[in-house]
Amino acid sequence: MTEPSNETVSPFLIGEAMTGGYGGADILNGCTIAVEKGEIAVIVGPNGAGKSTAMKAIFGMLKLRQGSVRLAGDDISDLQPQERVAKGMALVPQTDNVFTSMTVEENLEMGAFLRRDDFRPTMEQVYALFPVLKDKRRQAAGELSGGQRQQVAVGRALMTEPSVLLLDEPTAGVSPIVMDELFDRIIGVARTGVTVLMVEQNARQALEIADRGYVLVQGANRFTGTGAELLANPEVRSTFLGG
Amino acid sequence: MDLLNAFVAFSNYVLLPSITYGSQLALGALGATLVYGILRFSNFAHGDTMAFGTMATILATWGLQAMGVSLGPLPTALLALPVGILVTIGFVLATDRLVYRHYRTRKVNSLTLVMVSLGVMFVMNGLVRIIIGVDDRQFADGARFIFTAAQFREWTGLQESLGLRTTQLVTVILTGLVVAWLHWFLQRTRTGKSMRAFSDNENLALLSGIDPERVVAIVWILSAALATLAGVLYGLDKSFRPFTYFQLLLPVFAAAVVGGFGNPLGAVAGGFIVAFSEVFVTYSFKKILGYLLPADWQPEGLAQLLTTDYKVAVSFAVLVLVLLFRPTGIFRGKSA
Repeated sequence: MTEPSNETVSPFLIGEAMTGGYGGADILNGCTIAVEKGEIAVIVGPNGAGKSTAMKAIFGMLKLRQGSVRLAGDDISDLQPQERVAKGMALVPQTDNVFTSMTVEENLEMGAFLRRDDFRPTMEQVYALFPVLKDKRRQAAGELSGGQRQQVAVGRALMTEPSVLLLDEPTAGVSPIVMDELFDRIIGVARTGVTVLMVEQNARQALEIADRGYVLVQGANRFTGTGAELLANPEVRSTFLGG
Repeated sequence: MDLLNAFVAFSNYVLLPSITYGSQLALGALGATLVYGILRFSNFAHGDTMAFGTMATILATWGLQAMGVSLGPLPTALLALPVGILVTIGFVLATDRLVYRHYRTRKVNSLTLVMVSLGVMFVMNGLVRIIIGVDDRQFADGARFIFTAAQFREWTGLQESLGLRTTQLVTVILTGLVVAWLHWFLQRTRTGKSMRAFSDNENLALLSGIDPERVVAIVWILSAALATLAGVLYGLDKSFRPFTYFQLLLPVFAAAVVGGFGNPLGAVAGGFIVAFSEVFVTYSFKKILGYLLPADWQPEGLAQLLTTDYKVAVSFAVLVLVLLFRPTGIFRGKSA
């Protein structure tokens, strides 16, 4: 078990001492993930370590047996995912994260479905962050390349003007060049004040842009630190970053 | 002149009936395809929903006729149609609440839902027969023809003639309006887009805050309205008999699958393809060939590919052919 943090100020988003799974054996064993406002936190770890599960637990897609999730000081452990969306959280799933038969613009509109106010300015902001989407706005999202689709997916999530953006392996299956570009865009998103929490397979590159990194093993925290600290840690390097 | 005669005969016996029947099938297929796209199961009760809606409309028509209300040259049933649609919507929504929702919340697979709809089909089937009986009913009134074959012959002086019935014109115009409206609704409105989003990717729709129960309710409302309209137009054009409507299930599904199940535009195209195939294959071309071919090339038989008894087999054959060679339908639906 990890020690409860003795920070005096509670982080903006924290999933604390989370334990649970999809029925049967627990996948998460008391892991704690926290992000400060406007920062980027990254969860890395070997396959099957429970990275995506930890993120799903924070978003409420998984019932926790123990532990809690707090957003801006409020306990949101009992809220449904949709209620968490209303609270300002947004999730970009790893796969099937765009409406393939709908145009880029319609994808963004659907992201803003819950909003009754004028979301045009937000859409312009998304287009400013992802200029390629503006050119392709009338094209079906399913016709775009992998990297462009991920931008649509992130753009859709940003349309609710979330305070927290959860990204599940945003660079899965894209080329290294596109991956660098996506990471740049994610830094851009964080600069607009959005708190970002992501799960990544490409641990080294992800930690390079992370303010905070979590190395999970078997559903528990193994290493925690700033991205730079983890990258400098010889044990993390040899075990998880391939030397 | 022979060419013109051949064309007029073709229009009268093949083209016009196909377009009318195709419109009716298209409306039926649209309802089935919407349910498939959103609720992800083939609704076997759709044919009987058409029968139920038509029955409700006929009862309302009788009521109006008893009160002495009429639409002049147009069938009174058009005035009764909104009543029939509302009653059917109510019935279908109640069915959803009492039956389908139970299975939906348990997230059963789509085959189970198909079987559930089969049960609903039998119940509706029985209800319609109990309420209105099994007999053939004509409920079209008003002017029977826009112009008759005799008038046409008088105008044109052609040997062949062409009559346009009121119900044919009403069918085509109403279908055009409804299809255009539905297209606009699905493509342009916030609700329509949310339905397409739900059909495309249910999980992501939920993440976007789209309310699934609202989408489901709207699908049932649209499908009930479309089924009623299709059933009433078919009944006006031909006649209403519960058993015929039950049999309509096959061409309606064939139309939906041919166009790509789950794809509204495909359902419309599919409706016309199936209708045209049915009429074309079962029509005797002897007369038309008589105008087109030289005297010594005249066919001795009826030049009919299949007798009309095999009409149902045609939609089945079209269905099988499409599933064999292009399982996703012409316009790429969801069926695999």
